Amino acid sequence: MSARRIFARPARFAAIAPYVWMVLFFLVPFAFVLKISLSQTAIAQPPYEPVFDPTAGWDALKAALAALSFDNFRLLASDDIYMFAYLRSLTVAVTATALLLLIGYPIAYGMARLPKRWQAVAMVLVIVPFWTSFLIRIYAWINILQHDGLLNQILLALHLVSQPVVWLSTDSAMYIGIVYSYLPFMILPLYATLAKMEPALEEAAADLGAAPWQVFWLVTFPLSLPGVGAGVLLCFIPIVGEFVIPDLLAGSNSLMIGQTLWLEFFTNKDWPVASAAAIVLLAVLLVPLLLYERLQKRQLEQGR
Amino acid sequence: MRKASRLSRFNIASLALGLAFLYLPILILVIYSFNASRLVTVWGGWSLRWYHEFFNDRAMIEAAWMSLRVAVSSATIATLLGTLAAVALSRGERFRGRTLFSGMLYAPLVMPEVITGLSLLLLFVALNAERGFWTVTIAHTTLTMCFVAVVVQSRLGSLDRSLEEAAMDLGCNPVRAFVAVTLPLIAPAIVAGWMLAFTLSLDDLVIASFTTGPGSATLPIRIYSEVRLGVKPEINAICTLVIALIALVIVIASLASKLSSSQGESAAPL
Repeated sequence: MSARRIFARPARFAAIAPYVWMVLFFLVPFAFVLKISLSQTAIAQPPYEPVFDPTAGWDALKAALAALSFDNFRLLASDDIYMFAYLRSLTVAVTATALLLLIGYPIAYGMARLPKRWQAVAMVLVIVPFWTSFLIRIYAWINILQHDGLLNQILLALHLVSQPVVWLSTDSAMYIGIVYSYLPFMILPLYATLAKMEPALEEAAADLGAAPWQVFWLVTFPLSLPGVGAGVLLCFIPIVGEFVIPDLLAGSNSLMIGQTLWLEFFTNKDWPVASAAAIVLLAVLLVPLLLYERLQKRQLEQGR
Repeated sequence: MRKASRLSRFNIASLALGLAFLYLPILILVIYSFNASRLVTVWGGWSLRWYHEFFNDRAMIEAAWMSLRVAVSSATIATLLGTLAAVALSRGERFRGRTLFSGMLYAPLVMPEVITGLSLLLLFVALNAERGFWTVTIAHTTLTMCFVAVVVQSRLGSLDRSLEEAAMDLGCNPVRAFVAVTLPLIAPAIVAGWMLAFTLSLDDLVIASFTTGPGSATLPIRIYSEVRLGVKPEINAICTLVIALIALVIVIASLASKLSSSQGESAAPL
């Protein structure tokens, strides 16, 4: 009892270094994003007009506050490109997450029903692709989906199509890429809840006369909801801000917000607008982010 | 008998299809990296030609070297900080700002990389830091230490605390009890955390693009700019080498954790 207390004090000191690091490199940078989102675009290096100089004293601060402008946010709200980009990001994320759940659930369910020894093997097999590079996995799909790639060759050989199908630069290619990249993030939390489930519950339902689909809908699925929630958040949040996959696999006529931000930043060199776009993206994701934090905390700290 | 019947034909089919979906694209990429022909359509026999091309490509080699240095340094710093954070969260009962602390640690796990990258770049610009190796290393450390913290924390949570308490009852001070009892027990998770940090850093394109300076591109940045121009067999070869490196790291680390832990329980993947 007392030992636990004593242990707690040095453990608190352990927090200092990572705490300082995260404040400095995670929290403080957001202040800069906010600040620059409120400043004017300039053709300079760096390409924005500084509006705030902490060394200049009180009067300068007041002048700076007066100079803050919401122009960038006004621009975001008035230009259709950005509204479409946010809408498209959300649509893509919802669709892709639904697909991931649909594809990931049967796999996780199959894993949970394997004999214990094989479950560990299956888990490693699902994790390993997650360890291999994200970019490489997308590139692998470009190989397969290109005009004279393997998929078209197979389809032609089987006489399913009479001429090569255009896969690259389409939404289908993008969805394939997203599902492929995020599948482990959906499977693992689902598997974790399904594996913990008592098999006797399903057996009892079956013994009491429930048909297999009833057993699933009335017993298995409701009990797996925590895993569904974790998997959905783990996929949905990063997909909304995804850049690489839509950039390499989808067409360029409708952009997601991650791409718009990238374009504003690297091509148009409009840092203030890019910052404003990042702030809005963060605001859109705030609720799912908070939900995710609560879930993560409960999961990691319930043993306390 | 009952146990065997739990696995339905549907279960087996979805498992097989799922694993095939996960592995076939990578397998195809590896096979085509040995294709002698420039065209992906034509199989021109086995050849190491594209590996040759890669080893003669100075810019690519330099980028690969940069990526390796960043990955090793950032993974090492991240493992140190992440482990400290995990210990503080799972052993340091209550302290001021704890909610903020855990919030800052969990958020980057799902935060879109464009946001993290942009915000760090703006910080570096404001500090007037020269962008290159160190800025990318700091950025990667910030991202990956959160993954390390989660992996180590889940291991700490599953440990039997009476072991630490016993050590202290027997006269160890808390720090000594931690070093002698806790640390060996969480070592596999720390190793796993380092590996995860290493591969995440080696893999990252978005954050590195924002935080690096001119003339110091990482491997993903170079690969990305080549891929945008179309499929090149040389890229297949580079990707195969990266996959081989990561596979090697995984094998070494799983051997190491097998040796150091007698318990069968493994750390959570995430």
